[in-house]
Amino acid sequence: MRRRPLRHVTFVLGLAVTLLLIVTAAVSLVYTPIDPLKMAATERLQGPSPAHPFGTDQYGRDLLSRVMAGARTSIAVGVIAVSIGAGLGVLLGLLSGWLGGWPDELFMRLVDAVQGFPAILSALLFSAVFSPGIVVSMIAIGVAFVPAFARLTRGSVLELRAREFVVAARALGAPDRRLLLRHILPNTLAPLIVQATTSFPVAILAEAALAYLGLGTQPPHPSWGLMLKEAQNFLSMNPWFAVFPGMAIAAAVLGLNLLGDGLRDLLDPKTT
Amino acid sequence: MKRYVLRRVAAFAVTLLFVSALVFVVVRVLPGDPAALILGTEQNPETVARLRRSLGLDRPLVVQYVEWLSGAVRGDLGTSIQYDVPVGRLIVSRLPVTLPLTLLAGALMVAVALPLGVYAATRYRRTADYVAMIVSQLGIAVPSFWSGLLLILFFSVHLGWFRSGGFEGWSAGLWPGVRSLLLPAVALGFFQAAVLVRATRSAVLEVMREDFVRTARAKGLPERRVITLHTLRNALIPIITVVGLQLGQLMAGSIVLESVFALPGLGRLALVAINARDLPVVQGVTLFVAASIVSINFAVDLAYAFVDPRIKYDA
Repeated sequence: MRRRPLRHVTFVLGLAVTLLLIVTAAVSLVYTPIDPLKMAATERLQGPSPAHPFGTDQYGRDLLSRVMAGARTSIAVGVIAVSIGAGLGVLLGLLSGWLGGWPDELFMRLVDAVQGFPAILSALLFSAVFSPGIVVSMIAIGVAFVPAFARLTRGSVLELRAREFVVAARALGAPDRRLLLRHILPNTLAPLIVQATTSFPVAILAEAALAYLGLGTQPPHPSWGLMLKEAQNFLSMNPWFAVFPGMAIAAAVLGLNLLGDGLRDLLDPKTT
Repeated sequence: MKRYVLRRVAAFAVTLLFVSALVFVVVRVLPGDPAALILGTEQNPETVARLRRSLGLDRPLVVQYVEWLSGAVRGDLGTSIQYDVPVGRLIVSRLPVTLPLTLLAGALMVAVALPLGVYAATRYRRTADYVAMIVSQLGIAVPSFWSGLLLILFFSVHLGWFRSGGFEGWSAGLWPGVRSLLLPAVALGFFQAAVLVRATRSAVLEVMREDFVRTARAKGLPERRVITLHTLRNALIPIITVVGLQLGQLMAGSIVLESVFALPGLGRLALVAINARDLPVVQGVTLFVAASIVSINFAVDLAYAFVDPRIKYDA
């Protein structure tokens, strides 16, 4: 029985928050209440007020505008990191599952090894060699996603390669590339979409953590994690400084998690 | 069984080899000339050449890798450029912070998540189940370093019960040390507990649908015994797997929390080393943490096979 997406409460809630996040990021490209980089020495560390609904930071910059602009950073890192993880992981999984034998064994050990490097660890390693920045965080987070995508794809390939439609296509003389790209890959798309959706909030959390550590987005660019790092020194003077960027992260991650759960229910009912 | 274990051990050895190769490639191969990177703006051809010789970078890459790896196996991870002491000794000196923090967070995670997950499963699709799931969704969404900041704000700034950072050490006794690690462990453990609650609930629900649970109920066993003796015991196998995987995540997460609470652990060591371009330290710490995570995964994998008779030994 096919379930209707718009009647699925989790999916609808997740979709609404995700759309809000995307719209906020898009709007911030053309409009923010105040320039997020504009400093005002006389308005430092203010609490919420009509002029600054989220207050101001240590340079007098408007936090609402910076939180809005920070959404762009989170989405950009999320999209690129998930694309890196999915691209490399799917390729590795396809090859591993299709070739079998020792290449499969070798690829899977490589995947096990990569699993030993969570995003923070990879970022530490890359930052020692390259300058810390948003590119380093995108690559580090993307690499950390590779094992999940590789395992998922490999599992699907192993299951599908023995199915009748693949055997029939092979009997008709379809080459390996065609079998993989036209017959097997499209049938693995549903779980991959679910995996990508559930990876996105993880990427947002990781980006914030890396920016907080000084390994991700660098000042003065707005990033929610970076704002929390700056807020830490002024906790007693303006606690709101630490509240709103954190709430933005939590809301975005919550929305995307709900969307992922909803999509899993709708696309892949076996796993719920 | 013996063959299965041997195969797993061989796979583990290959995985560790890959871990070391990944670290080596990033630190020694990707930058082109690590000596120039270490010296930064202070470099001139003479100093670069001298450093290359002293670090053994003038030899072929394969020779460098084999030498570095054989040293690492013996616990020799090179010498810190910043502190001029063996990297291995530096790592060992920071373990009394990172290891207890990871274990304390893990213990808190299990203590919170296991009862809550089981309770949610026994109240499936009732108010308590929905509340537990909402709390866990919120827990997953809250970044551990933000909850760390909020804990500092409340317990240190407002109530003054805890110091806002720093480590009092173990020499003054157990409590001062635990007190320094309690807030970061709560922040770290709460986030991972949210993940474990969901895993526990799913595992218990799955077992509760099994025939033997129905039989136990039909025999008239009290519900408490059905849950503890029959359901939880069987659900523990997948739960242990998740806990094992989370221990690795906790270790990585402690790097961030050490920064929030200014704790002198492995994470702080690596972060300071990055700013000082102390490549041997970064290389040593990442190798140590990654190898630890892979080792935990391997131990879980092996334990799983011992505990669960359904595992096919020839797989």
